[in-house]
Amino acid sequence: MTDETLLSARNLNLHFGAVPALVNVNADLWPGEVLAIVGESGSGKTTLLNVLSGRMAPQSGTVWYRDSEGVQSDVHAMSAPSLRALHRSDWGFVHQNPRDNLRMGVSAGGNVGERLMAQGSRHYGSIREEAIRWLAQVEIDEARVDDLPRTFSGGMLQRLQIARTLVTHPRLVFMDEPTGGLDVSVQARLLDLIRTLVRRLGIAVVLVTHDLAVARLLAHRVMVMQRGVVVETGLTDQVLDDPQHPYTQLLVSSVLAA
Amino acid sequence: MAYVAVKGGERAIDNAHRWLAEERRGNPEVPDISIAQIAEQLGRSVDRVMAEGSLYDPSLAALAVKQAQGDLIEAAFLVRAYRTTLPRFAAAVPVDTAAMTIKRRISAVFKDMPGGQLLGPTYDYTHRLLDFALEAGFTPPPPAELPTEAEEMPRIHDILGHEGLMEMDAPSDAEPFDITRAPMQFPAGRDARLQSLARGDEGFLLAMGYSTQRGWGGSHPFVGEIRVGTASVEIVPPELGFAIDIGDVELTECQMVNQFAGSKTQPPQFTRGYGLVFGHCERKSMAMALVDRALRAAELGEEITAPAQMQEFVIYHCDNIEATGFVEHLKLPHYVDFQSELETIRRMRADAEREMMQEAAQ
Amino acid sequence: MNGYNFAYLDEQTKRMIRRAILKAVAIPGHQVPFGSREMPLPYGWGTGGIQVTASVLGANDTLKVIDQGADDTTNAVSIRRFFARTAGVATTTHTAEATVIQTRHRIPEHPLREDQILVYQVPQPEPLFKLEPSRAEARRMHGLAEYGLMHVKLYEDITRYGHVSISYDYPVMVGGRYLMSPSPIPAFDNPKMHMMPALQLFGAGREKRIYAIPPYTRVESLDFEDHPFRATRAPHACGLCGAEDSYLDEVVTDDKGGRLFVCSDTDHCETRRADGHTGTELAA
Repeated sequence: MTDETLLSARNLNLHFGAVPALVNVNADLWPGEVLAIVGESGSGKTTLLNVLSGRMAPQSGTVWYRDSEGVQSDVHAMSAPSLRALHRSDWGFVHQNPRDNLRMGVSAGGNVGERLMAQGSRHYGSIREEAIRWLAQVEIDEARVDDLPRTFSGGMLQRLQIARTLVTHPRLVFMDEPTGGLDVSVQARLLDLIRTLVRRLGIAVVLVTHDLAVARLLAHRVMVMQRGVVVETGLTDQVLDDPQHPYTQLLVSSVLAA
Repeated sequence: MAYVAVKGGERAIDNAHRWLAEERRGNPEVPDISIAQIAEQLGRSVDRVMAEGSLYDPSLAALAVKQAQGDLIEAAFLVRAYRTTLPRFAAAVPVDTAAMTIKRRISAVFKDMPGGQLLGPTYDYTHRLLDFALEAGFTPPPPAELPTEAEEMPRIHDILGHEGLMEMDAPSDAEPFDITRAPMQFPAGRDARLQSLARGDEGFLLAMGYSTQRGWGGSHPFVGEIRVGTASVEIVPPELGFAIDIGDVELTECQMVNQFAGSKTQPPQFTRGYGLVFGHCERKSMAMALVDRALRAAELGEEITAPAQMQEFVIYHCDNIEATGFVEHLKLPHYVDFQSELETIRRMRADAEREMMQEAAQ
Repeated sequence: MNGYNFAYLDEQTKRMIRRAILKAVAIPGHQVPFGSREMPLPYGWGTGGIQVTASVLGANDTLKVIDQGADDTTNAVSIRRFFARTAGVATTTHTAEATVIQTRHRIPEHPLREDQILVYQVPQPEPLFKLEPSRAEARRMHGLAEYGLMHVKLYEDITRYGHVSISYDYPVMVGGRYLMSPSPIPAFDNPKMHMMPALQLFGAGREKRIYAIPPYTRVESLDFEDHPFRATRAPHACGLCGAEDSYLDEVVTDDKGGRLFVCSDTDHCETRRADGHTGTELAA
């Protein structure tokens, strides 16, 4: 791991029975950088996201995280309490389905304020104000702060999930197909929002997507995976404009053809 | 009228007990029912009380049935409370159900097998027509001829096991968990789960088992075998160093054959659900076997989607003595807490009214 | 009572329970699992409290048993009789004379002393149970001190009603570390637990948990800085003794809405009356 990377992985290997999910995968992420992992289903990209975020253990290989004090830790050697604490503060995880990460029976304000309360905030008024501020940042009308998410549209739910995740100013956010399942126009608006927030707050992101357009819009660098192997990696524009590996070329040309 | 504080709780309790005793006896001109009559002629009630009271003693269970006026959960409670006071002097050797003296043995998976299908005393093929002749007293006809040769009756699961088709439990000398001595923690091991199910409420387990058949987490069950009979209980006293027979218990055992599982390294085999109950109780043993199999979902790599597969849900709620205690405790006075709720509601309504008046004034 | 040990439980069982109590005292507010025994009273009717009392009771103790603050409610009578029969200990209705007090749903009004033990009957020891039904998950939350979910519930109450709607079994933080259910005592009684000189023991028989608050321990009801905890009671004086600071029962006196408020703590009320205090009902 170099002195500057926020997250680094070396020689990750994971097989599900005979099926390869990760084959000698290396990855690096610098502070404030957006890294997209692209590939079709079965490429191993979601598995890589889960291993990098500590949610799944590799069969071999290591993932290191460098915290704000510069202290380096092996993510999979951490105690369960430390990893859970990390996920509640410095890290965030945006799920493809926002319902997986929201309390549908709790108001929008309560959902956004939960991480603040988990970290010890005890002033109702301040928590609500902060929640309202974040709803504004994700373009949800502040009048909805006391409403239940049951009444929100799919796009609004995803934006609420993002607010809930960013409220503690994490340094690193993992995103799993954040725009999957949404209408095209809704997707565009959401991608724009993510791009603005990430740049303004200087958040590093590891983003998994099958959609090259999403990678092109959000990511500084991209990693292309096929059957557990990273076939190509580099600056987004370079990889997508001038793909070297035949599989990358196939992916890129499929998009243009459609 | 001046308020007189309610007193006399002790007298009220004493009078309540006297009235209860009167009701329990019923019309004094009707003969008092004897423990022997209950034990002999209401055997299925006695069996249920032994199973859920978790104590094998038919005459004790019959006494409990009489004392509880036939309320079987109340009777099981009496037996359980008594059980707590009994000292433990030994642990028995595991009962060998393969060596049972069998009065009933059936299998749904084979048409015939060694030992055959022995119907025994079963309600299965009776027509459910109330028999008014019973009112006038009843002398049964002489019993049917029993086979003179005691045939070998190997367990179906052992038969399937010879071909390697049935998963076999690895024998173990480890101390089993004892749910009466240590508190359950979840996830619970199979030994703890089976102990809980064995003393679990028949109705609850029946419903849970039924739910698995209707699509709430099912596993395509077949009755591999049900056997009812007596098994001997043996202990090995340290002074002797060999096993001695200390008595017989009647048992119902059900083995279900379920959907096969397998993995990359393990070829597919049928999986097992197991039920064992004191006395003659097939319904409970079958329900227990269905639920046992459902609760193994996690260890067999199956997705947990249904209540019968959820350990905490099934195990926490299958003990009818805990359940009835907590449900019925709602009858105890709760007026202090209710008072708090009254004050809270009154205050909230007062606040709301004040706000409405303020808004109207503006 | 022939054939039964002192206070019904055998010595092995009492030892097992005392070991659990010691663990509980060492970790204030933490729930310690114990091998609860079947008792001759139903689960939900005080078996946990009874097992704790049976384990700490000695021949020289004086026992008081109350339910809803009163000595003569039927279940308090039943439990007091149980110990009179199985232990032969002296019993009393006077809080100041008791060395062991077993209670359901109230803390006595009279302040307790260092030489006294208060045993609470607990129906549901897990403060998170309505928010997280799985005990396995709740255990993890306690172990990691992850109590955000409870604060979210309080936040939602304030959002919906303007204040916290919990009126009894109001959750507390013990020693600044463990979230605890104080048992279904009214929120009014919560402040009494803070820095109490007596030892407080909590027994849940059906759920098989024991927990404890050692003497002089911090016990703080959960709240927000701008919505502080309020100990509320009916805004009346006791009709019998005139007390204005005790928890009151509401008695329905006629079918035209007639109401009388009297002290829930019967010993407190009788003692005040013996000292010459009267309320409007008696003065009339």
